[in-house]
Amino acid sequence: MSRVSTAPLRLVTRDDRAVQLPSNSSLPSIESEAQLRGLLGALSGVDAVGAEARAAKLATRSLKKSTKLAALDLAISMVDLTTLEGADTPGRVTSLCAKALHPDANAPEVPSVAAVCVYPDLVAHARTVLGASTVKVAAVATAFPSGRASMAVKVLDVKEALDAGADEIDMVIDRGAFLAGRYGQVFDEVVAIKELCGATHLKVILEVGELKTYDNVRRASWLAMLAGADFIKTSTGKVGVSATLPTALVMLESVRDFAEATGLRVGVKVAGGIRSAKDALRYLVVVNETAGSSWLTPDGFRFGASSLLNDLLMQRLKQHRGAYVRPDEFSGD
Amino acid sequence: MSTERLEVRKTFKLLINGAFPRSESGRTYEVTAASGTFLANVAQASRKDVRDAVVAARAAQASWWSQSAYHRGQVIYRLAEMAESRRDELAEHVALSEGLRARASQLSVARAIDRVVWYAGWSDKIAQVFGGANPVAGPYFNFSLPVPSGVVGVIADQDSSLEAFVDAVCAPIAAGNAVVVLASEQRPTPAVLLGEMTATSDVPSGVLNILTGRTGELAPTLCAHEDVDGVDLSGVNEAFADELALLAAGSIKRVLRPGRGDASLARLRAFLETSTVWHTIGQ
Repeated sequence: MSRVSTAPLRLVTRDDRAVQLPSNSSLPSIESEAQLRGLLGALSGVDAVGAEARAAKLATRSLKKSTKLAALDLAISMVDLTTLEGADTPGRVTSLCAKALHPDANAPEVPSVAAVCVYPDLVAHARTVLGASTVKVAAVATAFPSGRASMAVKVLDVKEALDAGADEIDMVIDRGAFLAGRYGQVFDEVVAIKELCGATHLKVILEVGELKTYDNVRRASWLAMLAGADFIKTSTGKVGVSATLPTALVMLESVRDFAEATGLRVGVKVAGGIRSAKDALRYLVVVNETAGSSWLTPDGFRFGASSLLNDLLMQRLKQHRGAYVRPDEFSGD
Repeated sequence: MSTERLEVRKTFKLLINGAFPRSESGRTYEVTAASGTFLANVAQASRKDVRDAVVAARAAQASWWSQSAYHRGQVIYRLAEMAESRRDELAEHVALSEGLRARASQLSVARAIDRVVWYAGWSDKIAQVFGGANPVAGPYFNFSLPVPSGVVGVIADQDSSLEAFVDAVCAPIAAGNAVVVLASEQRPTPAVLLGEMTATSDVPSGVLNILTGRTGELAPTLCAHEDVDGVDLSGVNEAFADELALLAAGSIKRVLRPGRGDASLARLRAFLETSTVWHTIGQ
């Protein structure tokens, strides 16, 4: 393994917080695959029924009036406005960036979104259009969405995105390796990409739809966080099952436990299939009730989405106008 | 085997996007017959049901209009076929709701079904009657084509539970619109039954959405909804219609005022726009 040990690791299995790590605000060192396997294996299993019931219960919370308006604005500021199509053109990215800067052309008080998310070849163009604004450019890399390429190809992919001016890298893990139990390989890949990124934010996509079980999601979350991820992200949006509320709950629990154990705060990004403002507000409720209100910032939680933004704007306008508004009030993406 | 069975009780549901949900709010209200006795429990729609219905209607309208006019007529005729085989049930509810004798209610249902057939026939004649070829000074054809407004909100007549309902609903649908209709508040059951018949008559999901509930609560939301292209207020009294028309004026809408909506060509024309097309004259 690539990291050199500096502090001892200790497993505590008697309580639910399975992994107890020294609270020194630094990443624990992982010396061997056996050690990593031991750490992940010692994580307690997820109570699937409990997680789903809790997520369903939290989904019934209702936000009204000024709280709803504040939550809608917060959700807008957390959006990674995404276009990941084969048909993407510079023109399309230009209009996406314009929308990212000023989501509602008629309402300057609407916050900008957190980032635009594009393929690496369009990063330079997005960077140019966004200029010195606060909106970040995120690039999907490491042979997105399948992650099936040699390490050399993945490294080159990331390098190109970084050279083009990406502020954030969304990498995919090798699900095949993870499911085959080659945790060390997945870990090394994330570590290598993080080293390449340096201070650039690294989001690690777990592709929860392919991991199948909540236990795997919890293990993959910890693996990514131990390897140095700044964000863990649910999905690519390219497979049938994307982000779900219970999965997000499991990941947020992992993030919370990791912060307790290490003092390091890792963010969560949910992506794929979140189209309505109602869904978005449900995620915010789960974030607040699981990780805590300190995660309710664009540094702690993100939505990867495209059509979601228009629904957030529509609901926002509805709150102000008192009448339901037309979907074509806002530009398409 | 015992001949006694448990009564199969029915709650009259909404019709939204081809499904028969209870209200999103979970509310129901009691409807009484004209005699004052209990008639049925009916879903009491909320503003969010209005919103959902408009979304469904918007999604359905383009493909409904893109079907051939002949086919749309066939589908509406099929609704008449379905209603014909459930005439007795409709007549029973019309009689109870409106306090009619059996014979009178049978006649009312027959007229309503005949009206459905009439609108079915109009579907592929609208273009000829309301459209035309215009003479222009140049080597062009110039056509006026009637096209539907889009999504039409209807506040149904409060007294005539089926006949007026058929007029208000079938006219815009025959013209290629999708409809969200608030059925009569106190006499909604014949309308709900007709909605059930659309499920077996190939009327595409979302083309007809029927809401039951408090007209005073729902009509303002429907009329103010900016994604509704026209509202039919012909079943509303003048004072309330003024109020609703004001709400409708917040966004550009066609408004059919009270007293203008008898079964006539005016009703068919109410939710049509005219599209003008130029075309070069070929060799």
